[in-house]
Amino acid sequence: MIDLQNVKKIYENGTRALAGVSLHIDDGEFVFLVGPSGSGKSTIIKVLTAELPMTAGTALVNGFRLEKIKQSSIPFMRRTLGVIFQDFRLIEKKTVFENVAFAMRVIGASEAEIKKRVPYVLELVGLENKGRRLPNELSGGEQQRVAIARALVNNPNMIIADEPTGNLDPARSYEIMMLLEQINALGTTVMVVTHEKELVNRFTKRVVAIDEGKIVSDGMDGYYTYE
Amino acid sequence: MNKHNIGYLVREGVRGVFLHGFMSFAAVCVTVACLIIMGSFSLILFNLSAMVKDLEKENEVLVYIDDSYSEAEAKSVGSQINMIANVYEAKFVSREQALDNFVKEQDDDTLFQGIQAKTFRDRFVVTLVDNTKMAQTVKDIEAVKGVAKVTAHYEISQGFQTVQRVLKIASTAIIAVLLAVSLLIISNTVKLAMYDRREEIAIMRMVGATNGFIRWPFVVEGFLIGIFGGAIAFFMEWGLYDALAAKIASVDSLKLVTVIPFSDVLPVMIAAYALTGFLVGVFGSLLSIRKFLNV
Repeated sequence: MIDLQNVKKIYENGTRALAGVSLHIDDGEFVFLVGPSGSGKSTIIKVLTAELPMTAGTALVNGFRLEKIKQSSIPFMRRTLGVIFQDFRLIEKKTVFENVAFAMRVIGASEAEIKKRVPYVLELVGLENKGRRLPNELSGGEQQRVAIARALVNNPNMIIADEPTGNLDPARSYEIMMLLEQINALGTTVMVVTHEKELVNRFTKRVVAIDEGKIVSDGMDGYYTYE
Repeated sequence: MNKHNIGYLVREGVRGVFLHGFMSFAAVCVTVACLIIMGSFSLILFNLSAMVKDLEKENEVLVYIDDSYSEAEAKSVGSQINMIANVYEAKFVSREQALDNFVKEQDDDTLFQGIQAKTFRDRFVVTLVDNTKMAQTVKDIEAVKGVAKVTAHYEISQGFQTVQRVLKIASTAIIAVLLAVSLLIISNTVKLAMYDRREEIAIMRMVGATNGFIRWPFVVEGFLIGIFGGAIAFFMEWGLYDALAAKIASVDSLKLVTVIPFSDVLPVMIAAYALTGFLVGVFGSLLSIRKFLNV
């Protein structure tokens, strides 16, 4: 569950990225966060993942109070989130299996747990036969599926996808969105940050639009109401 | 660190050395170069210090025995002198030997041919364990019954002590500076390797890795690079030293310079190279990774 109240972020150079954002996302929701470039979408993600401290406001992320969080607690907060990026961010020198297993090793999972869970998650994203491949041997869509498997493997409360289809063609983009929808149907909260209007409109989901650091619309009708 | 992770983190560290081959090679080369420079300086200073100590041993104390003592009585005084803690050796020189030595020193000049042995006193030539305690030892010898006079060259002893002190300070300072420079160079080399892998570190952080989890493979990698660099440097130093010692021996026919055999310092050098390699490798990694953990 995410609860942001009047969150502000002003960068050191004086740029006001967030001008009082209040947003509540319940467990199990599927939310699109949309907005033009420079609207503050990326800053919200950085605040939610504690990459950036807030200037003002309060933020509750899966039980962690970000305005008070200790440096040593940040890794544990991040383990409740699965983050997916536009550029996949896979470790090039590790196999698909190792890229996914890596997230489990971080939390101290045993080899037996890893050997049981990773094939299951790879099967879930449709990559059951690609475990031994290196990321650069896969297509863009497959690489994004590996990133989704990595985000999913520790059973996080929430998945945050930052422009997950930005590097993919429309067909692969739709497949990725369908996969995220399936993951959401299994009970995981999903927040997708995107500016792809057509893609958003193909799904009937909650759409939160942001511009100039403020939420300008928040609708449940499934339409991309910004613009 | 979780028990399930120990094996993985060590394996990752070992794998990292080979996976980032060029940077590992660069780090090993820098470590070898720094350790050879440091080791060479240490060995030069060690040899100089040993030479000074040898010279110092030749700074003897002369102990003259009472005129009225017979040769047998004079010899018995020696056992008391030898019992003094700081006395290394007390060598007896009879009046006759003293006369012979004196005449020889004068190139057997006929002028001294008529001198009687009784003009001289029986004496002991005393060498000390520690010349810094010369004054106290001379007092202890003077207190022995039968000792008439003690001659000691304090100024020579003090001169040697000053040279040793200067060498000690200079060697400590040079080694400390070289160690700091080595640490800095190695830390920068490791930093370059880490810059190369900043994306990997960012991914680690994003999936919830603790600083310890991120740090350990780099520490293991630094340790391996340090120990491997230390081992190569040690064997190269050994070869260079032996070659130099052989060259000096072939040139210095008068044996003016005594080079300590490398085998005499072998255990110390093994320990020093292993420890320094370990320290620069591990601390170099720890210093360089700090910057990348602040995201």
